Amino acid sequence: MVTLGDYLLVSALLFTIGFAGAMLRRNIIVILMSLELMLNAANLSLVAFSRFHVDRAGLPNYNAQVFVFFIITVAAAEVAVGLALIVALYRSRQTTHVEDLTGLKF
Amino acid sequence: MMAPWLFWIFALLMLIFGAAVVINRNPVASALSLVVSFLGLSALFISLDAFFIGIIQILVYAGAVMVLFLFIIMLLDLRAEKLRRINWIASAGGIVVALAFFIQVSYVVGHLKAASQGFPPLPKSTGDDVRNIGLLLFTNYNLPFQIIGVLVLVATVGVIVLSRKESR
Repeated sequence: MVTLGDYLLVSALLFTIGFAGAMLRRNIIVILMSLELMLNAANLSLVAFSRFHVDRAGLPNYNAQVFVFFIITVAAAEVAVGLALIVALYRSRQTTHVEDLTGLKF
Repeated sequence: MMAPWLFWIFALLMLIFGAAVVINRNPVASALSLVVSFLGLSALFISLDAFFIGIIQILVYAGAVMVLFLFIIMLLDLRAEKLRRINWIASAGGIVVALAFFIQVSYVVGHLKAASQGFPPLPKSTGDDVRNIGLLLFTNYNLPFQIIGVLVLVATVGVIVLSRKESR
């Protein structure tokens, strides 16, 4: 039997992979992909909790699924803006490597 | 609900390709692994009877986000990155923080009573969950829905402003 804990652990593992990617990788595009992984790990645990709380009418709790819908919309907008920023950055610096971008370093 | 072995297959698929996103040196391979990982994730959504979210996941990520990523990677003509001197302290710090997070979450899940229970069966079929989500979206969440619309508009305008050639 698959339990709620299995879904939560899988979601935590996916978040950990995304977090490690955001910390370890030095390519901005791959960092953006790792952010997407983290957002979707949060979505998985939201949907698992939504399915776990069945109300009296026998339906899952749809509030969480509306939240996931909003998160997906915001994530798509974030990717579009992030990639536009990367293109603007590449135009002025010819790099996507974070260690070459030290203009804001104190 | 799905059979347990299907859950483990899709979870493994998602995690292996999620790790491949981080491990691959070539950004194109990372983007394609990201799509396979999200396909596994949407299968998990469908295993939780969230059909609408599963379909939206495939449409948005495999349809829109992956195309954007690949388009930008090929526009910038990024090669596989060369090996550079690795900052070992930063890498070790990243791995330690990530592992600490995972250990914390697994400790909490291990002590959660609900975590060892299975999912209660649904008496009704949820084949019309699009209708239920839509009802919620246009009644209780009407204002956030409109704000999201404004957000997408602002993002569109922002992307156009950012990607315009500067006239000097």
